[in-house]
Amino acid sequence: MFDFFRRSPGRSKEMARQRLQAVLAQDRASLSPGMMDDIKEELLRTLSRYLEVDERGMEVTFASRTGGVSLVASVPVRSVRRGVRH
Amino acid sequence: MGQVLVITSGKGGVGKTTTTANIGTALAKMGKSVVLVDADIGLRNLDVVMGLENRIVYDLVDVVEGYCRTRQALIKDKRFEGLYLLPAAQTKDKTAVSPEQMRELTRELAAEFDYVLVDSPAGIEQGFRNAIAGAQRALVVTTPEVSAVRDADRIIGLLEAEDLGRPQLIVNRVRPQMVSRGDMMAIDEVVEILAVDLIGVVPDDEWIVVSTNRGEPAVTNPRSRAGEAYFEIARRVNGEDVPIAPLEPDGFFGRLRRIFGAR
Repeated sequence: MFDFFRRSPGRSKEMARQRLQAVLAQDRASLSPGMMDDIKEELLRTLSRYLEVDERGMEVTFASRTGGVSLVASVPVRSVRRGVRH
Repeated sequence: MGQVLVITSGKGGVGKTTTTANIGTALAKMGKSVVLVDADIGLRNLDVVMGLENRIVYDLVDVVEGYCRTRQALIKDKRFEGLYLLPAAQTKDKTAVSPEQMRELTRELAAEFDYVLVDSPAGIEQGFRNAIAGAQRALVVTTPEVSAVRDADRIIGLLEAEDLGRPQLIVNRVRPQMVSRGDMMAIDEVVEILAVDLIGVVPDDEWIVVSTNRGEPAVTNPRSRAGEAYFEIARRVNGEDVPIAPLEPDGFFGRLRRIFGAR
């Protein structure tokens, strides 16, 4: 409870900006039909050239980071393919 | 033929109705003929903000349903010649009106007035659809808070999908002291995130509460900083080139000036 008071004021606007950028990235992407699916599909296609991945366990989201927004993809890897070169 | 503007926001409680009342009153003060349309059916409020709640006989739903002529439902403002209000119905709900009916109504009003200002309800459902139906231009009101800006972004997306030109942004309830100590997003940050044109910035002002208590829009009060900001927005709406000055924390001299009612 005292944590709230201990935090120095004067920096909350930076948090507001970062959180807003991430939430808007997520909103805009999910509202534009098919965009997240397209991103996932193309990521999968590329990754599958090198790795065997678990398609159903894949998660793609936006997150706020210092200095901007990141696209965070979590892709379970079943195995790494052998001897692929590109 | 007059212009139809919709004032909208997505999130409730950011100042749509206050904004509509003040810009409308300011335009009338500038000598324009103006009608304010309260499209928030079931939750009417523009009448009390304007101080006209005791004069209502007919409302918007009566007009679209043909119970009265449009002219009969218009309430003349107490202070300004050429300023009228078309109140919302209080007993019906948003489904009592269709976008097509709103389009026809605003077209009829635009034939008689220089400006038709439509006060939209919060939300993105039918009430919002009705409010934007006849509009040529949209003003989006937000405050510098995460929740309000997020909803403004959603609304801007929906407006851009319609044939409504570029929405223009009003950032309301700005507290310069909080901005300067880094606890409130600055205007340029909000504008950059939303990627829209800014038409005005309104400072947080206790006079707004007093204005609403009295039923007299803040633009009629020379001591209100918000009223001053709304007057400038009205001039920009009317096509004047009025630069947007950065808000300064209200210092000693600023306060002194306002005490003596100087502009």
